[in-house]
Amino acid sequence: MSNPNSPDSGDTAWQEYLTGGEQTASAGGASTGGASAAGASAGGSGAADQPEETAGPRRVIGTPPPAAARTLLAPADDGGAQPLVRELPSDPDDPARAKKAELVVAACFILAMLAGFGFLVAYGIVGVGSITGAQHSNLLLGGTLSITLLLLGIGATIWVRQLMPTVELTEQRHVMASDPKDKAAFKETWDEGAETSQFVKRPIVRRSLIAATLPLGIAPIFLLRDLGPLPGKSLDTTVWRKGLRLLVYGTNRPITPAEFSSPGSIISVGPQGFLNDDDAMAKAAVIIIKFRPGEVDYAPGWRPVANKVVENWTVDNIVAYSKICTHVGCPAALYEQTTHHILCPCHQSTFDATQGARVIFGPATRPLPQLPIGVDKQGFLIATGDFAVPVGPSFWERS
Amino acid sequence: MLVLFGVGYGLVTSSGSATAAQQVAPNAAQIAEGRTLFEASCASCHGNFAEGTNVAPTLIGVGAAAVNFQVGTGRMPLTANAAEGIRKPPEFNPSQIKALAAYIQDLGGGPPVPSAAQVNPAAGTYGLGQQLFVADCAACHNFVGAGGALTYGKFALPLSASTPTQIYEAMLTGPEAMPVFNDLTITPPEKRDIIAYVTQVRAQPNPGGFSLGRVGPVTEGLVAFLGLLLFLVLAALWITAKHGKAHE
Repeated sequence: MSNPNSPDSGDTAWQEYLTGGEQTASAGGASTGGASAAGASAGGSGAADQPEETAGPRRVIGTPPPAAARTLLAPADDGGAQPLVRELPSDPDDPARAKKAELVVAACFILAMLAGFGFLVAYGIVGVGSITGAQHSNLLLGGTLSITLLLLGIGATIWVRQLMPTVELTEQRHVMASDPKDKAAFKETWDEGAETSQFVKRPIVRRSLIAATLPLGIAPIFLLRDLGPLPGKSLDTTVWRKGLRLLVYGTNRPITPAEFSSPGSIISVGPQGFLNDDDAMAKAAVIIIKFRPGEVDYAPGWRPVANKVVENWTVDNIVAYSKICTHVGCPAALYEQTTHHILCPCHQSTFDATQGARVIFGPATRPLPQLPIGVDKQGFLIATGDFAVPVGPSFWERS
Repeated sequence: MLVLFGVGYGLVTSSGSATAAQQVAPNAAQIAEGRTLFEASCASCHGNFAEGTNVAPTLIGVGAAAVNFQVGTGRMPLTANAAEGIRKPPEFNPSQIKALAAYIQDLGGGPPVPSAAQVNPAAGTYGLGQQLFVADCAACHNFVGAGGALTYGKFALPLSASTPTQIYEAMLTGPEAMPVFNDLTITPPEKRDIIAYVTQVRAQPNPGGFSLGRVGPVTEGLVAFLGLLLFLVLAALWITAKHGKAHE
């Protein structure tokens, strides 16, 4: 065992803490020998059961002091010196104020409880079937939970500040490493267990046990499946198809190339019949832009993702692009008619509208998909098919 | 048949002349005054006959609406060739602006200045105006017309000081980088609805007390973030603060 009388011993510092550091220190730093026996006689809290090397009873945080005298530890019986007793003040100085604080703390805790019940009630009665419902549910669940935790914290803080004594305690750190003797004992127990359990001798038991725990280990990986279902092909296509008219968003009117005739024009359009379908419009929103002759860089033939406008997909220098940014899906519709830049306001991805919406700046990596357009018999602009490539942000399954 | 045709023709021409009468009602003296003003103040960049130079575009065909907007908002004459012309007090008085507009209109036609009835916000329905504004204008000008940044130093200006006539003219002519929304794509009544939205949204109260520039969730989030940060710091101070006489 380590010698408690040695000033160099780690146990001495620990003991000083337990017996009231300052007083002990003033009485002589190394004068606390024999604390174990003294602790048993004065504290009477089972200190005698402690192995000798711990040299003192443990004070378990969170439990009341062992004796009515609030003596944490009996002092050393060192040559007839007075017992060193450290008392924490048992009551706050001002009982009236303490009573008030007690009520405040209790009020905080009761309100926290009510807010907690509010959380349960809100979970029960506010459904998440609609967007509005989900918003309300989020607000109520988050709000009640925050209030509960905040009030618990406030109550605990007031408790500590107003009711508990304001004494500065310094907790000395004791030696972290285990005693060599403990280590040896542990090793002995471990080896003995391995031997007597026959874990080593009987491989079939050992291996079957390992096999039995394997599925449990893998189970969390399987639960990841619930992050799905995967979108499948739903992101590959939009509701655009051959013959659907382009309706001006807001006025819901079809539009002719003769009307959309001013160079430098842009307008937001959607597919006929889907303007009020938010799910469809989330992918199908389109902007059409009118250029002056010669401004657009055309690609000969059918090259949908080349950095040029596909020529036979345009009508009278009108080009249609997806309005959904290919970075993270913001509506990219800031159009500068002087530079022909289409700018996404979220992360400043910039596309050149004259070159098939090629990315010229920002985090987007793909051009805005071009929608093939034509005119129907009445002269209105129509789509002549869906986008050739998926719109919006890239995704893993993107073909 | 002929009578019918005559009646129809009469209707068409009368309505046509009515719209013409609403316009600037140009006369030779006004056009001549405009020409003098143009040669003194504009021709150095736009060319002696408004044909355009390598520093400024041609003005033939831009119409009175463009002149009224550009000069009326003080953008023209430009003080410097910057990325974006900004709003400033006009250099010319209203009658001079009318004269300049008449000269340019006479030179090459183009969209005329809208009538007072065309831009009367009280006659518009701002529900539809909001839909159109959010779909086609808010991307640059923000949901409430607070303006926003564009590329390479350009920016969309706030609409807080724009008059209804200027809003109409801007949509019609597409000044600077702004795209054009002609009267066939967004009809005059629809433009009036948009004007109604832009003007009435300015009057809306700010429920939080401060508008924070009305530029949306970024500022609000920043304010909330800083506010909460301050709250957390104060809470941490409160929790750990020394108090009472017990501590000496």
